[in-house]
Amino acid sequence: MVDVPLTHGIALAVVLFLVGLVGLLTRKNILFMLMSVEIMLNAAGLTFIIGSTRWGQADGQVMFIFILSMAAAEVAVGLALILQFYKKFNTLDVDAASKLKG
Amino acid sequence: MILADLLWIIVAMPFAIFLVLAFFGNKLSTNLTAIIAVSGTGTSALLTILLGWSFLSAPPEDYSLSSQLWEWMNTGGLVTSVSLRLDTLSLVFIFVITFIGFLILVYSTEFMKNEDGYARFFAYMNLFIGSMLILVLADNLLLLYLGWEGVGLCSYLLIGFWYKDPVNGYAARKAFIMTRIGDTALIIGLFLLFTEFGTLNIADILSAAPEKWASGDPTARLAAFLLLGGAVGKSAQLPLQTWLPDAMAGPSPVSALIHAATMVTAGVYLIARTHTIFELAPIAQCAVAIIGATTLLVAGFSALTQSDIKRVLAYSTMSQIGYMFLALGVGAWSAAVFHFMIHAFFKALLFLGAGAIIMVLHHEHNMFKMGGLYKKLPVIFWTFLIASASLAALPLISAGFYSKDLILWETFASTAGGTQLWFLGYVGAFITALYTARMVFVTFFGPTGIEPTQRPGLLITLPLVVLALFSFAGGFIELPHTLGHVQVFSGFIHHTLPHLEIGDVAESSELILQIITGLTSLIAVGAAYVLYVRRRIWTDSIKKSKLVTQLHSFWKAGWGFDTAYENILVRPVVYLSRINKNDVVDLIPLGLSKAMLYFNNVLVYSQNGKLRWYMAVITLGAILTLTISILL
Repeated sequence: MVDVPLTHGIALAVVLFLVGLVGLLTRKNILFMLMSVEIMLNAAGLTFIIGSTRWGQADGQVMFIFILSMAAAEVAVGLALILQFYKKFNTLDVDAASKLKG
Repeated sequence: MILADLLWIIVAMPFAIFLVLAFFGNKLSTNLTAIIAVSGTGTSALLTILLGWSFLSAPPEDYSLSSQLWEWMNTGGLVTSVSLRLDTLSLVFIFVITFIGFLILVYSTEFMKNEDGYARFFAYMNLFIGSMLILVLADNLLLLYLGWEGVGLCSYLLIGFWYKDPVNGYAARKAFIMTRIGDTALIIGLFLLFTEFGTLNIADILSAAPEKWASGDPTARLAAFLLLGGAVGKSAQLPLQTWLPDAMAGPSPVSALIHAATMVTAGVYLIARTHTIFELAPIAQCAVAIIGATTLLVAGFSALTQSDIKRVLAYSTMSQIGYMFLALGVGAWSAAVFHFMIHAFFKALLFLGAGAIIMVLHHEHNMFKMGGLYKKLPVIFWTFLIASASLAALPLISAGFYSKDLILWETFASTAGGTQLWFLGYVGAFITALYTARMVFVTFFGPTGIEPTQRPGLLITLPLVVLALFSFAGGFIELPHTLGHVQVFSGFIHHTLPHLEIGDVAESSELILQIITGLTSLIAVGAAYVLYVRRRIWTDSIKKSKLVTQLHSFWKAGWGFDTAYENILVRPVVYLSRINKNDVVDLIPLGLSKAMLYFNNVLVYSQNGKLRWYMAVITLGAILTLTISILL
């Protein structure tokens, strides 16, 4: 097995996270925002995997499985919400839902 | 002792009647109301006469009776009981209050017959009399203060009795506020006396004062001046006198009650009651004399120019109370009380007579529109004449001569008095006789004015006749050395109040002074006769001179005191309060809430409902937190 240096793995996670974050901040379409959140989750999962490989412990793998299952649940709820959103506003633009402003 | 038990009944009767009339007055018929209204004070008057008789025939120990009713409060060293104390001084006062009060009530039953609020009127009158009885019978200063305030309240209610006219309400408020200034001084004086002596019992304070204070002690002076402040307010002396002429807005019987039996004499009573404190503060006592002498002149000149018959009488009351203050100030205690009693008789009579005239002439107050009434209203004329003779102090035949002469002589002879004060009083006597004679001549003689349409009934004339009897005969219980030397009254009063210290004056000068004052009042009456009956033209030509006109309007307006107070006090206060309409102090809490509102708006702006904006802020916050936690 080829040893990937720790820093490379971390850098990849950071890049993934930033990609997700920037997508979240710039996208208006709520569907893409959900996808960006998924990318960020994966970045976090990747960090756990890297950590567990680095110290040779299984905890990180366990955490990743947790994150994976939680992401699945989240996507289910999120997609349902997006459907409702579309029904109500007839658009996927997130700025349309701004009734909770002060 | 049984006699002491009568005391509370005397006080309770008017209050009981007040309650009955206040609660059931609307349901009672007019006649029944009248009978109930008169009965209470009548009973008190009878009991007072009974007490007076027993005082004269079989005097109790120390010439005083006391009866403790119940303990009022007992807290933090202040033990106050509701207890009454009767001595010779308060006996004179309750006699005047109940007896004259009774006559005034009898008179009012007819006088007020066709007025709205008949029961209300008598309820107030009874409360008034009851409060005054509390005032003079109280054995401690707190209870006295209760009566004092009760009197103030009733004067407000009664002066503003015809409340539908705003002018009357204004006069009532003025009386209340002006006397309240004095009341404040009095209550501060009470606090001072309590901190000094730890008690408010009058007898205890008076016996402890000479041991605690040397003569001229600054604390004693302060206490005396504070008490004087209260007395000045209630008794309408300078500089708090302006409410009295306006108090004429009330019905005439109210004026009679205020001026003769209650209210304005409260100040005289207070000073006489606390005489020991004034004796320990010679400066304060001197101030009493000077205030009295000044007031009697100021009010006298004002009375000379009034055209409203009741206002003449109002100013004359101020002037006569000034004489009492003068007597108190020079230490002539019994002379002051004697003049109070005589004054009560003739002043009540004058007001009731004036009220009767005003009634039969359809509420005409201007005496220059009257004239020629002596044939048409004989009973009123003769009784009014007797009272006026007393007020003018016509020598030998009037009661007022004996009381006023006593004051003038004792002012002259007293160590605290002197020639200057005597001279002021003497000038006042001349003016008094002049304005009194002017009032009588203008009202009853001269060309006929308005025709009276009705005759006063028996219930009106009877009190007048009784009061006339007392105004005439009352003087003979106290005659000077030169004329018979009778000292029934002062002998009676001296059981409570000390004797006057006579200075180094020759006995013969008393006779000379009497002749001078007697002749003076005769000359004044003669002058008034010439000016207002014989030679009206002279008066008219005098009036044309510009100086006289100005002086006339100046005096008629009461020496411009009202205007001065308006300019010095009322206007600046109103101006300041207008500036301060939004209340400076409120700025602090209001500013606080404004700042809150501002920050709220700022934060509300951040909550714009944009999900991505929230996201960005969360990111920014996370970065900041991380940066800080790494850096620190």
